[in-house]
Amino acid sequence: MAEARILLRGAPVAASGAGEVERKLSVPELLWNDGFVRKTVIILFLAAVWEAYGLYLDNPLLFPTLHDTIVTLFDRTRDGTIPLRAWASLKVLFMGYSAGIVLAAIFTVLAISTRIGTDFLETVTAMFNPLPAIALLPLALIWFGLGSGSLVFVLIHSVLWPVALNTHSGFKSVSNTLRMVGRNYGLRGLPYVARILIPAAFGSILTGLKIGWAFAWRTLIAAELVFGVSSGQGGLGWFIFENRNLLDIPAVFAGLLTVIIIGLFVENLIFRAIERNTVQKWGTQS
Amino acid sequence: MALLDVSGVTLRYKTSSAVVTATEKVSFTVDKSDRFVLLGPSGCGKSTLLKAVGGYMIPSEGRMAIQGRDIVGPGADRMMIFQEFDQLLPWKTVLANVMFPLLTARKLPRKEAEVRARAYIEKVGLTRVVDAYPHTLSGGMKQRVAIARGMAMEPDILLMDEPFAALDALTRRTCQDELLQLWSETKFTVLFVTHSIAEAIRIGNRILLLSPHPGRVKAEVVDVDKVSNEDGSAGRLEKEIHDLLFAGEAVAH
Repeated sequence: MAEARILLRGAPVAASGAGEVERKLSVPELLWNDGFVRKTVIILFLAAVWEAYGLYLDNPLLFPTLHDTIVTLFDRTRDGTIPLRAWASLKVLFMGYSAGIVLAAIFTVLAISTRIGTDFLETVTAMFNPLPAIALLPLALIWFGLGSGSLVFVLIHSVLWPVALNTHSGFKSVSNTLRMVGRNYGLRGLPYVARILIPAAFGSILTGLKIGWAFAWRTLIAAELVFGVSSGQGGLGWFIFENRNLLDIPAVFAGLLTVIIIGLFVENLIFRAIERNTVQKWGTQS
Repeated sequence: MALLDVSGVTLRYKTSSAVVTATEKVSFTVDKSDRFVLLGPSGCGKSTLLKAVGGYMIPSEGRMAIQGRDIVGPGADRMMIFQEFDQLLPWKTVLANVMFPLLTARKLPRKEAEVRARAYIEKVGLTRVVDAYPHTLSGGMKQRVAIARGMAMEPDILLMDEPFAALDALTRRTCQDELLQLWSETKFTVLFVTHSIAEAIRIGNRILLLSPHPGRVKAEVVDVDKVSNEDGSAGRLEKEIHDLLFAGEAVAH
């Protein structure tokens, strides 16, 4: 009866020298793999198109060149107008955003602890989520007057529902195993929410925060355009409106550019950094 | 006195259309340092029984007590180890995962928890990945971390719900050997659920055989650790258990 034999194959390969296991990518390849680099290229391209079209049109009242806009942006930044206006907007935004998040947190905690709370949250989000925040502005003006109170009110409306909706659906999709693990350690009530549900649903919560931020920022600028000055100091929306009335179109473009820059900054630096240090590091979202 | 005393336990759960009886009047006792295996085909209520011991289900009949204390809810005196790989908290490193119950349930000081966590991570041979996040680990490593996390709590009993069922055959074999190795070091008590007869014989010193629909105790196998693969007694026991479990079915078909 023949026996099976084992033929070792390891040694000859080692003797003939290892094959190529790993090859370093070249510098251009590495750069092109970086999303930030690719997006910068796109922005540079758009800037070039803008400048070319502005030069071609040669009508600063309709479409100023990028160069004019940048110069105006720079001047208005140096004399303190734009930073002051941006700060005024951001201050109101921050108030509305944080108040909206606190309310959303209360709503969702109520929603996960009782069934009637769930029904309440689902009903009101279904009702109010489709309602554009700006549509509430006329009403807010009557209730809270021409102050930041009205702005904060519409901001809360624009932040609360998307954040509550996403947080709630995030909580609902936390796996049963993780829930059982949390309860195994005797966690219940708020510690259970804080130490199991929130981190486990962090991806959805972050999505809600991003949507809430985008809604809030747009709503705020639009609301400022409509009624502008609050407590003596207008925000960026008012800056845009004011300069249009003065036919200072490069300043209008500078205002719009500032809105875009702040939006990009928050989206691509702040939220990206949070994402990189949480859900991407944890492998719960790629 | 037995460590875990389950007497006359009937478990029922509601589905959307019916009340299902998972187990009926099941009784058994687990002594300290037992490796007690619940074995049976699917539908015998073995996992439900384990969840009830974990405190996630209240029996509709009978009582369960651990160290004389009635089981009324989940608690860290009974650490669960699940089949699913997602039982590790993905937002914590391996070390933080093992430390987490020590800090939240045991209320150990951070330093002490870390020392103990590191010791148990070393026991399961994962010191290399102590600072890694769970998503970078293989399935077998994740289960080892879960076992380290359970053992570090030094609970009255470890409840294992088919912890190796989702692993590939080679890894499963290694994990079983490691579990036995760990047991011979610390002599913990474990209640182990499986549907594999071979695994039950490898792991257990006592096996409770359950029959399905609803789960009832069919037999108890004792002194399982006396059999060995060398003289073929393990194989014979495996066949006997198989015949016993599927005896009814052969008649029915």
